[in-house]
Amino acid sequence: MTFRIQPAMLKIAAAAWLLGATSAMADTTLEFTQWWEPELPAGSLRAIMNDFEAANPGIKVTLVSGPYATTRDQISVGAATGTLSDVVGLDGAWVNNLNAQNALADMNPMMDASGFDKTQVADIIKVDGKAVMFPVASFVYPVFVNMDLAAQAGVTKLPSTRAEFLEAAKKMTHADKNQYGWVLPLSLQTPSGVQNDLMSWVWASGQSMMADGKPALEGKPVVDMLTFVKSLNDAGVISPGIATKTEQEKVEEFVNDRVGMMIDSLAHVNLIRKRNPKLNFDLIPVPVVENYNGKRGLPYASWGIGISAASKHQEEAWKLVQYLMSEKVNAKLVSLANAFPGNVNAKPDFVTSDKAFGKAFEIFKTGYLANEFTGLPVAEDLMTQFDVEAQKMLAGEQSPEQAAANAQKGWMAKF
Amino acid sequence: MTRQKRSHHRLKRAVAPYLYLSPSLLIIGLLMLLPMVTVIAYSFQNSAVLRRDPSFAGLKHYQAIFVDPVFWASLWHTLYFTCMSVVFHMTIGMVFALMLNSDRINPTLRNILRVLYILPWLFTAVIIAVIWRLLLEPNGVVNSVLMQMGIIGSKVEWFSSPETALHAVTFANIWAGYPLFMVSLLAGLQGIPKDFYEAADIDGAKAYQKLIFITIPQLMPIIISISLLDFIWTMQVFPLIWITTGGGPIYSTEVLSTYTYKLAFSSYNLSQASASAVVILLISLGLTLFYIRYQKAR
Repeated sequence: MTFRIQPAMLKIAAAAWLLGATSAMADTTLEFTQWWEPELPAGSLRAIMNDFEAANPGIKVTLVSGPYATTRDQISVGAATGTLSDVVGLDGAWVNNLNAQNALADMNPMMDASGFDKTQVADIIKVDGKAVMFPVASFVYPVFVNMDLAAQAGVTKLPSTRAEFLEAAKKMTHADKNQYGWVLPLSLQTPSGVQNDLMSWVWASGQSMMADGKPALEGKPVVDMLTFVKSLNDAGVISPGIATKTEQEKVEEFVNDRVGMMIDSLAHVNLIRKRNPKLNFDLIPVPVVENYNGKRGLPYASWGIGISAASKHQEEAWKLVQYLMSEKVNAKLVSLANAFPGNVNAKPDFVTSDKAFGKAFEIFKTGYLANEFTGLPVAEDLMTQFDVEAQKMLAGEQSPEQAAANAQKGWMAKF
Repeated sequence: MTRQKRSHHRLKRAVAPYLYLSPSLLIIGLLMLLPMVTVIAYSFQNSAVLRRDPSFAGLKHYQAIFVDPVFWASLWHTLYFTCMSVVFHMTIGMVFALMLNSDRINPTLRNILRVLYILPWLFTAVIIAVIWRLLLEPNGVVNSVLMQMGIIGSKVEWFSSPETALHAVTFANIWAGYPLFMVSLLAGLQGIPKDFYEAADIDGAKAYQKLIFITIPQLMPIIISISLLDFIWTMQVFPLIWITTGGGPIYSTEVLSTYTYKLAFSSYNLSQASASAVVILLISLGLTLFYIRYQKAR
């Protein structure tokens, strides 16, 4: 059998090839590395990317997804080898190191060139004056209170100051029944307890652990916080096993009615309900120092976003960042993640449908996001150093002042 | 055969074994030598991995770890953890092996004990860590039992107290590792000829004399080999310590592996972490050479 190619067929094939080749040449494929996709409902981030592609013909997005720790390692290696993806999901704790490697693009010129309204974003993370990260979604850390334990202990007014917190914690503690007022996880394996459960007391009162861009751990705010935590420990209101307790164990103890209060991520609300549907809990802001009436700093962890300095498609990458930070898309993304928005105008749908989230959203709206570890060099290492000094203090080996002074010395070496 | 042909033939014969070995040499080179050499090179560089053009650092990173008191504490903890583990692995392994080899125990009970004793070996390090965290937590079973028996008056924070944490992780590791000794020694016990014991019986030897003069000398090659291997492996234990204590509280359970891990993935000081890894490599290498020489001597 012979197969004869008709001239018309040849022309069609040539035209099709030309069309395909032209469109392939016109398409820009952005690589977007993040850990968000596995944490969102299946297919939801891809759907947002599809919408972006439809709104921006000629730009395709390839999602490179993995668990948080894997993504962190992948980004560190990518920054070192110059193979960082065009757009990267970032944790505030990483940006200083990445900036030191010149791995992140400064988004200031992009914002200026595109006339981007900076007032619409909740925060812009800057290192050395360079805008390197936007928090896309924020997971705030309020205080969770077990209302049944509080009622049994006769705590009628939920604490709003540190002194009230100590009193409430004392009332809720019954060591003979394995029941304690507060839980503090200071495991060295994941030292984030320093950020979420210790420094949150400082930020809540509008105070700072820094001064002029340098650590100020020997200042009154941090020493007072350590003194307060020591007083809680001395009063025996903290659940035992502090030095090796992890965040997961903290949540487990709260879920199982073993602690009255904990500072925890709002992202855990659904998990807590799932683990113990009968648990009656409420959310309050982290209590403040006496007579403080200013705005409260709200500790948070975030899904940040940045652009690779080595990207050949920074213009297209900026379009994707803008898209994710826009009011409607941001609201959609954070609704899926049960997080608070990076765009101040965005309103996630769960705040109207869920009482707990609604209350947390009010706390969020009346305060401001505060996490001073964001942008610091080797943030995890700083937390580990502070953790060790706090553990020594709680073990009775040193005073709060000595703990602060030793941590300051260690931190200064890293700056 | 001409002279040239003969030398060609000789060359072919000399090269042939290396050609047969080349696939495995290539794999060993790629998977073992290359990473090892890379890590050694990193230990002499500033900002290794993190910069594209790292500068030469000389012995700076070695000096930095040698003046770090946490490194020396880690070394001491590693030695304590390893020595205690090996000694108790051997002792418990020997006792259980003798028990399982004894004719005085009912065969059914012996089979049940055989399964029970080997159980720790079936669990991964993560499972073992989780089991012991649950058992030894302040509100855990161990404290409850000890308090009911009147052995302790109040709850002990086994993993969270600097006084008890190192002993607690060592205990967990002893529990996890004795089956290797038990199985190896049991195999050795079954290989000792019965004649020796019969001759000893005729001479009126007592049980402990048979143990000291027959059993232990006969098992000595196994004891030394397994002890050396156990020493090398235990020195590098990471997941059990990391999951139970993370090297804390304070630095009370910091060992060389957790110290190196923190340098690399918490401080992002990959050069210093490489220097610490090279120190571990040298210690392991020394022990391995000792083991190889012992094996050759046998």
